[in-house]
Amino acid sequence: MSEYINESNRTLLDRVKGKLKEFGLPRLIITAFLLLMFIIAPFTGANFWTQITNVINRFSWNAVLVLAMVPMVHSGCGLNFGLPVGIIAGLLGATLSIEWGFTGPMSFVMAILIATPFALVFGLAYGWLLNKIKGGEMMIATYVGFSVVSFFCMMWLVLPYKKPDMAWGFEGTGLRTTFPIDKYYGGVLANFLRIQIGRLVIPTGALLFFALLALAMWAFLHTKTGTAMTAVGSNATFARAAGINVDRIRMLSVVMSTWLAAVGILVYEQGFGFVQLYNAPFYMALPAVSAILIGGASANKASITNVIIGTILFQGMVTMTPTVMNGLINLDISEVLRVIVSNGMILYALTRKSEAVR
Amino acid sequence: MSNQAPLLEMKNIKKSFFGNQVLEDINLTLGEGEVLGLVGENGAGKSTLMKLLFGMTEIRDTGGYEGDVLINGEKVSFNSPFDALAAGIGMVHQEFSLIPGFTATENILLNREPQRKSVASEIFGDRLDTLDRKEMDRRAEDAIEKMGVHIEGDMVISDMPVGHKQFTEIARELSKEQLRLLILDEPTAVLTEREAQALLDSIRGMSKRGIAVIFITHRLQEILDVCDKIVVMRDGVLIKDVPAAETSIPEITRWMVGRNVSGAGNAHREPPETPTVMSIRRLWVDMPGETVRDVNLEVRQGEILGIGGLAGQGKLGIPNGIMGLYPAGGTVTLDGQEIPLNNPRKCLDCQLAFVSEHRRGVGLLMDESLEWNVAFPAMQVHDRFLKPLLGGLIKWRDEKAIREVTDRYIEELQIKCTSTKQKAKELSGGNQQKVCLAKAFALEPKFLFVSEPTRGIDVGAKALVMEALEKLNRESGITIVMISSELEELRQICDRIAIVSGGRIAGILPATEPSEAFGELMVSSVV
Repeated sequence: MSEYINESNRTLLDRVKGKLKEFGLPRLIITAFLLLMFIIAPFTGANFWTQITNVINRFSWNAVLVLAMVPMVHSGCGLNFGLPVGIIAGLLGATLSIEWGFTGPMSFVMAILIATPFALVFGLAYGWLLNKIKGGEMMIATYVGFSVVSFFCMMWLVLPYKKPDMAWGFEGTGLRTTFPIDKYYGGVLANFLRIQIGRLVIPTGALLFFALLALAMWAFLHTKTGTAMTAVGSNATFARAAGINVDRIRMLSVVMSTWLAAVGILVYEQGFGFVQLYNAPFYMALPAVSAILIGGASANKASITNVIIGTILFQGMVTMTPTVMNGLINLDISEVLRVIVSNGMILYALTRKSEAVR
Repeated sequence: MSNQAPLLEMKNIKKSFFGNQVLEDINLTLGEGEVLGLVGENGAGKSTLMKLLFGMTEIRDTGGYEGDVLINGEKVSFNSPFDALAAGIGMVHQEFSLIPGFTATENILLNREPQRKSVASEIFGDRLDTLDRKEMDRRAEDAIEKMGVHIEGDMVISDMPVGHKQFTEIARELSKEQLRLLILDEPTAVLTEREAQALLDSIRGMSKRGIAVIFITHRLQEILDVCDKIVVMRDGVLIKDVPAAETSIPEITRWMVGRNVSGAGNAHREPPETPTVMSIRRLWVDMPGETVRDVNLEVRQGEILGIGGLAGQGKLGIPNGIMGLYPAGGTVTLDGQEIPLNNPRKCLDCQLAFVSEHRRGVGLLMDESLEWNVAFPAMQVHDRFLKPLLGGLIKWRDEKAIREVTDRYIEELQIKCTSTKQKAKELSGGNQQKVCLAKAFALEPKFLFVSEPTRGIDVGAKALVMEALEKLNRESGITIVMISSELEELRQICDRIAIVSGGRIAGILPATEPSEAFGELMVSSVV
């Protein structure tokens, strides 16, 4: 009898060990760190519920951008370091919607509608390029992102935008680097069905919007085409031998990813309350990449759960650290920490291809 | 010169890979200047024996070997090829190990270049010595002359025809002064007839200088022409060791392929005299290492046709080309309808299926569950295991149907696994092969190509795989073309066997013909 108990104890221990290993050391460290922050926070004078609200808010801004990683990871194109390509499409949608006089919630809908054809065209061109350089996608994607952003740095100045809310004050032409969108779609999602309990505020609309897209993505991955996409990422030769047009599936994944990035930046802006142009899209890809990696994805496996867990962990860390550190030592190291964690996470993930948690 | 002890002696050599005996009790002696021809089917153990002799690290990494290797009567134990080189053994591999951007001379003397001191090297050490180009040219010229075939020393490797690359490798070995034994692993495989002739002359020249040569080739005539003695290996056993003058090609082929079990092959039934179901006309396939040049073949309805032949002769190229995995040309018709080549999807739509010889690369989704592996092609090609939603707009994966079909094949093929959700990479080779078969069976094909279905799997799994194929053919009447390097296997299961040699069909015989007949066809037009 005692032997039996011993045996079951050991298997339990093994099972826990197995789960921990599955969870991954970096995720474990980051989770522990985040929990520590939450525990310390009240002692530094920060309000616990305000902190929770911050984390939920940041999650609602960023989750769609992280979700945009999923299709390309599934099709084997790797992590979409070229996220700025889609972001630019989203920014074109945003600025044109405002320029053409749409306001309020309508401006958000129109921004998505206008961004869609751009995302489609950009995605097709970007996908075509990625199909030419199979194996080196992630590096090329990074540079494609950089080039597109730089090109549009010029375009924002040159394109004939006239709306005073966006243009430079002196000249009346060319777009400003940052402008507020209170009159347009600032907070349209977040304020929809907003719940407020004391200091805890939940941006229900934004969360629902993400849930809708995530559900659609989950459903897509359960269809015939979605299954083919996963198979292409898992073993492209196998997929080809099964009669799949590998290039077309990869193209589809890039277009999906680009469109989600376009929508993602619009969601981000409605939460943030500002549109940021010029160099701002440069810095959008890395946090999204590291978030999905922290969530347990790898360069060729990713799930919706990875997106949700990863975004909460990463954004939680980014929001909590400054408050707590300021309270403790009057020194803001959050930026340094963010850079270390995001780059470290990417490095870690790229060394362990395909060992994702599903 | 006549030393008491022979140059090389191998005594009771045994070697096993992971419990799989690949060499059994090999005894071999070789005198100075002797030329030994080593022949045997693929997988007979020739390459392993040579790797062992040359001290390749993979031998040691897999547990070493038993028995003794003696050089001039002294026991040696090579830990790396460098030790073997120091002992005067040189080896020319099948794959070229040359630097494409360097000239022949530079390649011949690589890392052994004569050097000259300069001011810089006096101060900073030997690494800054300059190369003595004149001396290099002279030594390379010597080696080329020793070889007896002329190649240009200052020609860049990448500009050379294949044959010259091969000669450069040989010259490199000859430029080593201590060289006493040269191993040539299928050196003539890439040579034209004239080049091959030149090489044979060069081997004779080496032999006169006292260099012993071990010559591995599938071209038996060459062996008879140039060798002093011939060693035949089969299944890791040394079958015959005879002077070349006392034997003939038919005899050698019989030793190569003949098994102890002399029973005729498939005695269960007469080859069916049914109409042609697939006809292949003037097929060429550009598959690296398995080029198909001009194949014409008729496959009869409901038969099991075997395709055999030596490695590299193009037998694998035939199914890979027809199924659109490698560029191909020619005409292939199934039931009178032409199948478009270079388009995997169209072949699958015609209810052709293919079990690839490249299990891990082409055959399986290693990181996915067995369910996916079994159901995926059928799902994509025939829209099976899908539930239509919203009036067929969305094709939803039917997990239940997928699990059911996977369960059925797990039972039918006795796949050993923990559940249908287990990942393919966690299975053993034999079980992976069964999954590949299940995948093809799930497509419900009317015509099936099976390529090397028993490669690298154990005896038990082999029997099961063969049984499953035979059952599919007998009970469902599905035409099967099975490609295998193992003739005995083909003879067990097939009705007729086509032998591929030099990218062409050398002949088609009923499986009941004796092994020697197939052996002769195999080497008939080897390229």
